Amino acid sequence: MQYSEEFRYEPLVVRLIRQIALETSSHRSYRFMEFCGGHTHALARYGIEDLLPKNIEMIHGPGCPVCVLPAARIDAAIRLAKQDNIVICAYGDLMRAPGSRGNSLLRARASGADVRMIYSPLDALKIAVAHPDKEIVFFAIGFETTTPPTALAVQIAQRDKLKNFSVFCNHVLTPAAMRHILTESQSTSSQRLAINGLVGPAHVSAIIGCESYQEIAENFARPIVIAGFEPLDILQALLMLLRQVNTQRAEIENQYDRAVTNQGNYSAIDAMADTFELRECFEWRGIGELSNSALKLSKNYCALDAEERFDMKAVAVPDNPACECGQILRGRKKPQECKLFGNACRPDTPLGACMVSAEGACAAHWAYGRFRDESDTR
Amino acid sequence: MSNKHRRSRIDLNDGVVELAHGAGGSAMTTLITEIFYPAFNNDLLLQQNDQAIFNVDTGKLAFATDSFVVSPLFFPGGNIGSLAVNGTINDIALGGATPLYLSASFILEEGFPLKSLLIIAKTMGACAHSAGVKIITGDTKVVERGKADGVFITTTGIGVVSNQNVLSANQITPGDCVILSGEIGDHGVAILSKRENLTFETNIVSDQAALHELIQLILQVGGNNIRVMRDPTRGGLASALNELAEKSDVGFVINENKIPINPSVAAACEFLGLDPLYVANEGKLIAVVAPLAAADILKAMRSHPLGHQAEIIGEAIEDSRFFVQMITRIGGRRIIDHLSGELLPRIC
Repeated sequence: MQYSEEFRYEPLVVRLIRQIALETSSHRSYRFMEFCGGHTHALARYGIEDLLPKNIEMIHGPGCPVCVLPAARIDAAIRLAKQDNIVICAYGDLMRAPGSRGNSLLRARASGADVRMIYSPLDALKIAVAHPDKEIVFFAIGFETTTPPTALAVQIAQRDKLKNFSVFCNHVLTPAAMRHILTESQSTSSQRLAINGLVGPAHVSAIIGCESYQEIAENFARPIVIAGFEPLDILQALLMLLRQVNTQRAEIENQYDRAVTNQGNYSAIDAMADTFELRECFEWRGIGELSNSALKLSKNYCALDAEERFDMKAVAVPDNPACECGQILRGRKKPQECKLFGNACRPDTPLGACMVSAEGACAAHWAYGRFRDESDTR
Repeated sequence: MSNKHRRSRIDLNDGVVELAHGAGGSAMTTLITEIFYPAFNNDLLLQQNDQAIFNVDTGKLAFATDSFVVSPLFFPGGNIGSLAVNGTINDIALGGATPLYLSASFILEEGFPLKSLLIIAKTMGACAHSAGVKIITGDTKVVERGKADGVFITTTGIGVVSNQNVLSANQITPGDCVILSGEIGDHGVAILSKRENLTFETNIVSDQAALHELIQLILQVGGNNIRVMRDPTRGGLASALNELAEKSDVGFVINENKIPINPSVAAACEFLGLDPLYVANEGKLIAVVAPLAAADILKAMRSHPLGHQAEIIGEAIEDSRFFVQMITRIGGRRIIDHLSGELLPRIC
């Protein structure tokens, strides 16, 4: 079994689509939010929305870590990268993410900064060992999926007394953002804009477990179905959500049980608890400040905190006033309803959070879906 | 005194490129006569003039140039030398021309092992020989250590256009078929698998190859029904199709299920977070052909070793916005967009 091809098998897709159509009541509409950028990307890449009944609407949530990273934090990293003797290590799709005035790590590298793309924070450790004369800063971003690898790197660096390694921590928390989105959704009086259920994260849930969402499902009375990132996973999750909505249930169900358990991954959770603590407040691009929604290195590891070691004060960068990302991330507008979409804001010149990475709602619609728009976007 | 005694000595086992090898003096002469002449060995080159002079048939010539800066220089299935020769042969041949002559210019970094340079030169000679092409003129420059990445090569080629068909993107009309000669992404993944920071175990080898024979076969069978041919190199199949769409004012609809891909390449792209549609190929071509001739051309392509996995992957359609659409493997639809910037892996 390859764990990929099997979950893209067209005959089963056709069967699931038929079941979804049967389960969908024609008297109402269904609005489901997929929280994760990975799901947004898969929906667009496989053209899944084409196959769904017209009255099922997918809302693309804020679960793209590159997208929600504030420009001010990118600016801070770029400023640091321009200093002598600093090496910034970052994941691939962060390289292009725009700070203010179109700056990015890629541009900083082009003008001489030492910025390196890595696949794992352990690679950053290797670079630190190989270059004891340089300061290696790992630009850590991501939800709970990418947090444990950072935790591990931090633990190893502490154990091995690596003096020239530090972490610029931007890890954020899924449940906090989910709570915020659902609170906002509840506050809207318009039934048309309500969110009827959530496709829950795949990899994040493999780390934190289904139980992490229990309180959300109960407090907001919304069904959550944890789903894998393959087409069959997503379709099966949608069928499960439909059945819950139709029978007025609001439970957590686990479609992705080949990877996700109730309790999550103990060793990953322990490593995170050991190395990180909650930030009181953190800005999310396109959403704003959310309390208890992000992590920083805990007291025991604060010597490895790049924000402690270097002057990395973030200077706030206001969003473009015409940008509709906030409305899009909350499911109140579609990318193509934003005036900037396809005009000033495109994947190579992104202005808003949702255009920053391929997993953002606007970038996904631009790259995969804009042929459906009537407007003259090319 | 004979030439032999004036030449400086060269150690092909342990020696390295020195600044003197590019300085125009005896060290350079030695480098050229010990490495390049034997490797490229042909009458025109061995006349040792500043230019090569040759006869041409009356008619049209095709002329193309390309620079090669690949890292790593040696990869599974080839090296920078084979790319430099085959890449320019392909550029010439895709215009319907028979490639005849190449030039080869080298920018060498001080300290580069002569043993490696010899291997690269021999590979180039062998590739040119097997394609019936001669490397007839060249140049060598040496830059200080740190100012280049081992070797950069620029090749320029000349070929004669023997058939009367004009191949051009603006000839594509809606309804034309798109034929792809084989599996995509092999070259890009083979290169990535050997990059310093992400070495992974794989048996994938680069598909780099000279396509002139396959191209001649297509032209013989397809004649006037061939609209245009392209090799989907940098930027992959996606970029080549978008380029054709824009130049011909049409759109395309491509069938994902029909695009051949080696399962190992698909798996590698999966875990590297790359879309194989954007990954480079060095031995594949796309032919856009009139629908009535498509079946015969496909059959002919499949009879050739470099086209035995050829497939009709889609067709040109009328579209004022020139989109390349794809019917996905599960029956949905999406665009295959231009690559935006550099090809970067996704985080999770």
